[in-house]
Amino acid sequence: MHPENNEEELLKGLAINDKRAVETIYRENYNMIQTLIISNSGTTDDAKDIFQEAMIVLYEKTKGGNFTLNCQIKTYVYSICRRLWLKRLQQINRYSNEMDSLSEVVPSEEDIEDHERKNEEFRLMEKAISTLGEPCKSLIEAFYIQKMNMQEIANLFGYTNAENAKNQKYKCLMRLKKIFFSQYKNGNGNG
Amino acid sequence: MDDVKILEAVERYIRGEMKPDERVYFEQLRKDNQEVDQMVVEHTVFLHQVNELAERKEFRSTLQEVHTDLAEKDLIHSAKLKGNDKVIYLWNRYKRVAAIAASIAGITALTFSGLVVAFSPKQDNQKLQELDRKLSIVTRDNVIQKAELNNIKRKIDPASFTSGGTGFLIDGKGYLVTNEHVIKNAKNIAVQNSKGIIYNAIVIHQDAARDIAILKIADDSFRVINSIPYNFKKSSTDLAEPIFTMGFPRNEIVYGEGYLSSKTGFLGDTLTCQIAIAANPGNSGSPVLNKNGEVIGLLSTRQKAAEGVVFAIQSKYINKAIEDLKKADSSYQNIRMPSGSLKGIERTEQVKKLEDYIFMVKIN
Repeated sequence: MHPENNEEELLKGLAINDKRAVETIYRENYNMIQTLIISNSGTTDDAKDIFQEAMIVLYEKTKGGNFTLNCQIKTYVYSICRRLWLKRLQQINRYSNEMDSLSEVVPSEEDIEDHERKNEEFRLMEKAISTLGEPCKSLIEAFYIQKMNMQEIANLFGYTNAENAKNQKYKCLMRLKKIFFSQYKNGNGNG
Repeated sequence: MDDVKILEAVERYIRGEMKPDERVYFEQLRKDNQEVDQMVVEHTVFLHQVNELAERKEFRSTLQEVHTDLAEKDLIHSAKLKGNDKVIYLWNRYKRVAAIAASIAGITALTFSGLVVAFSPKQDNQKLQELDRKLSIVTRDNVIQKAELNNIKRKIDPASFTSGGTGFLIDGKGYLVTNEHVIKNAKNIAVQNSKGIIYNAIVIHQDAARDIAILKIADDSFRVINSIPYNFKKSSTDLAEPIFTMGFPRNEIVYGEGYLSSKTGFLGDTLTCQIAIAANPGNSGSPVLNKNGEVIGLLSTRQKAAEGVVFAIQSKYINKAIEDLKKADSSYQNIRMPSGSLKGIERTEQVKKLEDYIFMVKIN
């Protein structure tokens, strides 16, 4: 058997964003999901959306380290997609009972809840970053998201040297942290 | 400006960019100065969040690439690109043009460089000493305040119960958990619920090392409560997860919110976890709950220095204490950990439901 076909290896690859592993899982599962979505009043765009969201759920689960999948990848991805699509349909009131007849294979509610909580956290962080305005937003993104080093950033943004860029970055970082943590610390309830 | 310098030091420390001697110096500083320690913890949480976001974005772009690739090669049944998009895809595939985009952005950004003001850096330790001084003033004020508060308490309370804390029910038969340091020097113990009803209580288990004590209400007027609405979380809690607590820092129940800032407590203590929450003396022994209303820990305010640095004893050690108790004395075999659930309920409702199960612990 080709090592790539080994599910455990695939999940290990997925956890480190290995493109070959992602591609294999994608290739082996996408069509199944597209059929599921389209036969339940969705479009190909919906299918892509839902499938990629499910891939992220799986990716984030494997990334945690202490994770074992108690079923085949196929079964898991199918369950997650089914749930996500059901939720989407309910949101836009296109819910039909037909979907109910599709048996639920593995319980996935908790994984989806975790995923939604993460999405919300990321939304807060992205909102905090965009509140910063320029040049802070680009500077922070270049360093912390795109992981460029200070010299590259200095060149890209036209700072005279890396030291200047760095000082500016820390000033931006102070503001970002203030915005970010004010969303967490909800007042001094214990006054 | 000096705040920037400290932040820089904290970030370099977390990212492992300090030279060995600098690192030793910084670690000592962290040990001596609670405020610096809290900054490290907080910044770790922050960097963790940003990093997760970066990884998520990277994964999303991998997915996009893979999707387009597979569709073009007809390996999945998805629409192929047409017209302009197709040209862009092919162009990207064979020529990475990041450099072009980068240089355009560079020219735009040139304008900003003029705005950058360089500043003269002061020594880190100078600033930190200053911080230390400020901190000791705050601490002194705190002590004075506390003394005054105690005075007032003594005047109000006719029963002359001197110090207090918080405790909460772990079994409706009248078993409560609190901090060991709350009841350490007690001759008599009384617990009072949010309605003001007072019951006598006795200590049935004491663990000074873990700072956990189990009390039993020993009062004829106490009626057994059949079900407790919360439960104890067994698995670990995520960094930066929002949490809340309810306790008796003063004569009525007070609610507080915060987040989990470190999975291990002060200087890597695995017994506790560090939380950022506003807490006062008297909050000792309060339950720490997550968004689902599950008890994740027992609040312990042993650290006096920095504001917002609070430690919680992880809930699994409460379980452990009860197991120890059962082993030591068979008459407590019937203690059952609660299995209620507050999941999916609005916070205000959760708080209302919790109120009746949290008690003020008074001693003399």
